Amino acid sequence: MAKLRQIAFYGKGGIGKSTTSQNTLAALSEMGQKILIVGCDPKADSTRLILHAKAQDTILSLAAAAGSVEDLELEDVMKVGYRDIRCVESGGPEPGVGCAGRGVITSINFLEENGAYEDIDYVSYDVLGDVVCGGFAMPIRENKAQEIYIVMSGEMMAMYAANNISKGILKYANSGGVRLGGLVCNERQTDKELELAESLAKKLGTTLIYFVPRDNIVQHAELRRMTVLEYAPDSQQAQHYRNLATKVHGNSGNGIIPTPITMDELEDLLMEHGVMAQVDESQVGKTAAELTA
Amino acid sequence: MSVANNESVAEIKARNKELIKEVLAVYPEKTAKRRAKHLNVHEAGKSDCGVKSNIKSIPGVMTIRGCAYAGSKGVVWGPIKDMIHISHGPVGCGQYSWAARRNYYIGTTGIDSFVTMQFTSDFQEKDIVFGGDKKLAKIMDEIQELFPLNNGITVQSECPIGLIGDDIEAVSKAKSKEFGGKTIVPVRCEGFRGVSQSLGHHIANDAVRDYVFDKMDPNRPAPFESTPYDVAIIGDYNIGGDAWSSRILLEEMGLRVIAQWSGDGSLAELENTPLAKLNVLHCYRSMNYISRHMEEKFGVPWCEYNFFGPSKIAESLRKIASFFDDKIKEGAERVIAKYQPLMEAVIAKYRPRLEGKTVMLYVGGLRPRHVIGAYEDLGMEVVGTGYEFAHNDDYQRTAQHYVKDGTLIYDDVTGYEFEKFVEKVQPDLVGSGIKEKYVFQKMGVPFRQMHSWDYSGPYHGYDGFAIFARDMDMAINAPVWKMAKAPWKDDSNSKLLAAE
Repeated sequence: MAKLRQIAFYGKGGIGKSTTSQNTLAALSEMGQKILIVGCDPKADSTRLILHAKAQDTILSLAAAAGSVEDLELEDVMKVGYRDIRCVESGGPEPGVGCAGRGVITSINFLEENGAYEDIDYVSYDVLGDVVCGGFAMPIRENKAQEIYIVMSGEMMAMYAANNISKGILKYANSGGVRLGGLVCNERQTDKELELAESLAKKLGTTLIYFVPRDNIVQHAELRRMTVLEYAPDSQQAQHYRNLATKVHGNSGNGIIPTPITMDELEDLLMEHGVMAQVDESQVGKTAAELTA
Repeated sequence: MSVANNESVAEIKARNKELIKEVLAVYPEKTAKRRAKHLNVHEAGKSDCGVKSNIKSIPGVMTIRGCAYAGSKGVVWGPIKDMIHISHGPVGCGQYSWAARRNYYIGTTGIDSFVTMQFTSDFQEKDIVFGGDKKLAKIMDEIQELFPLNNGITVQSECPIGLIGDDIEAVSKAKSKEFGGKTIVPVRCEGFRGVSQSLGHHIANDAVRDYVFDKMDPNRPAPFESTPYDVAIIGDYNIGGDAWSSRILLEEMGLRVIAQWSGDGSLAELENTPLAKLNVLHCYRSMNYISRHMEEKFGVPWCEYNFFGPSKIAESLRKIASFFDDKIKEGAERVIAKYQPLMEAVIAKYRPRLEGKTVMLYVGGLRPRHVIGAYEDLGMEVVGTGYEFAHNDDYQRTAQHYVKDGTLIYDDVTGYEFEKFVEKVQPDLVGSGIKEKYVFQKMGVPFRQMHSWDYSGPYHGYDGFAIFARDMDMAINAPVWKMAKAPWKDDSNSKLLAAE
């Protein structure tokens, strides 16, 4: 058995992390890989497409009901979905109360202590959009995810988030050995998207490992709570995810320590590609009306 | 043992300055620079002690300070006997500070008084993740059912409460309404706030203002018939019975004590305090805030006093009496005269045994200055003193009214500095806390715990002074120190050792 691959998908909220990751992992399982998905989002929707349902029994909700996480067994929380992909959801508090970050830490420790990672080839962490606190950085710390894939698009804020996540990786790269596996661009059909994504990847010292084109079939599959791989295995989009999966599978050991850039450099990048008009200092903070006056 | 007695003030100053230099020399440059501002040799005539204070301790040193939770739960709120104080958060904060301050009270524990009990929400992992508000509400329900005679509840926040953003104010408000307007006080005294326990005192004072004074019905009927002689004792925590031995003196001089804050105090006493004609303040550091507030809002003047040792007691009784008419002024003189023979007897017995002995202190709120007079009444000399969490106004008071020229001053002293100072100054007695006690006793230096009175007390008032004198004598002149002789210095043992 090959060495366990520990990967994680990060990216701006709403960018399509969960969709991209579940489709890619479904494709990896077609390639014969045994997979565990660890959902680290309090909304517990990281495994919906694999399980055909939103997971009800999250680690934290069961732990709260039973008294403590020590009262749980692995079987209580592990669900098996499409192509025998194993799924667990950390879960967490409702918005506005408690500490979801601590929940992620608790859940991941529980999985490790209870041998959830035995007899699998891939463990994949699906994490909340923003690394808002130490808890959500848990998957990139020591002995957790080794390769991070950042899902992004040509939108300014998605690129901004990708850069921030790179900063997080850099922080833990030397202590824990986490590496940036590469960028995955989820097409939004913005101007010069491919070029921008490639430029950003270059600035960060990594590569754009795949450009996933936009296709409504993803939506159709999602409404049926399925991956495209399962819903329409012969579709062109399914093939794209297979291509991405192949790239990820062949990417072992190619991770790098990213070189995040400053906000100014990021803005320069957008200007370079003509997405943003050249703006001089005198125009900063002026409204459109003020500028035309 | 003492070296101080044979030196001139100039020599002492030079020696202390050299000592500070020596102590700072082992620190890294940046640390030495920062710590240098907290150490000084007092110059007579200066308005303060020339040290910086109320500044964050340096990471890596062994500071003796506490936290905001300690200041609120441990000092200000904890002694209020008829309220239940919930240590809200994980179990340790409440457990390890449990009843350690010896705040005496009268009442039936578990029925109408709760000071020596520990109430905690005992946070578990799930409470951190999902929030503890529901648990807090449930605890309040249980408290109501199990302890129906409690007169109120306070929520003493431990660190995690502030981190996870629990809404203890909302829970307190809802439960107060449900329990028919019961006083329920949420206190935001998370331990990570501020640089020491001092901020906890301030937060706790503000909570009294917001949740006791401001919630009171302004038109409520008078709880008692007022007299022109009503006073409240503020900032006496009744450690070993201190407030009781103070209270009797005020009563004997003709005043009526309507409240004690907060040793042996009750919620009703807090509520009634704005009716006092004068607030008399012992621990300025921990309760000056609420005293100033009562002065502004209710027009109650306040005056500081010091009930350690006959000289300061007499001075303070006269000062308090000056706020009242001749009847009280005569009363003060009568009280001073009445205890004069007792004081003379105490001094006659102990002064010959303690004369010329030197003391180094390192304590909390008021004692680093307040007890100096008591030692001086016994012919002793305080050669070094410092505060854990003082502000500059404390050092002003210290400089202007208490310490002698050349006294070594150390603010927020580190374990290392204190040890080194004592080693070099060689005082006859060190007065500090439990963590320091065994360090110095093992160095062969007599020691008294001056936070808890070493399980003795009271030390306040005339009765307290007799006990204070006895305890200091007991510590310094205990025969045990004569037996603590290093074996390698004992000639008769040398053969024995060689034979082994």
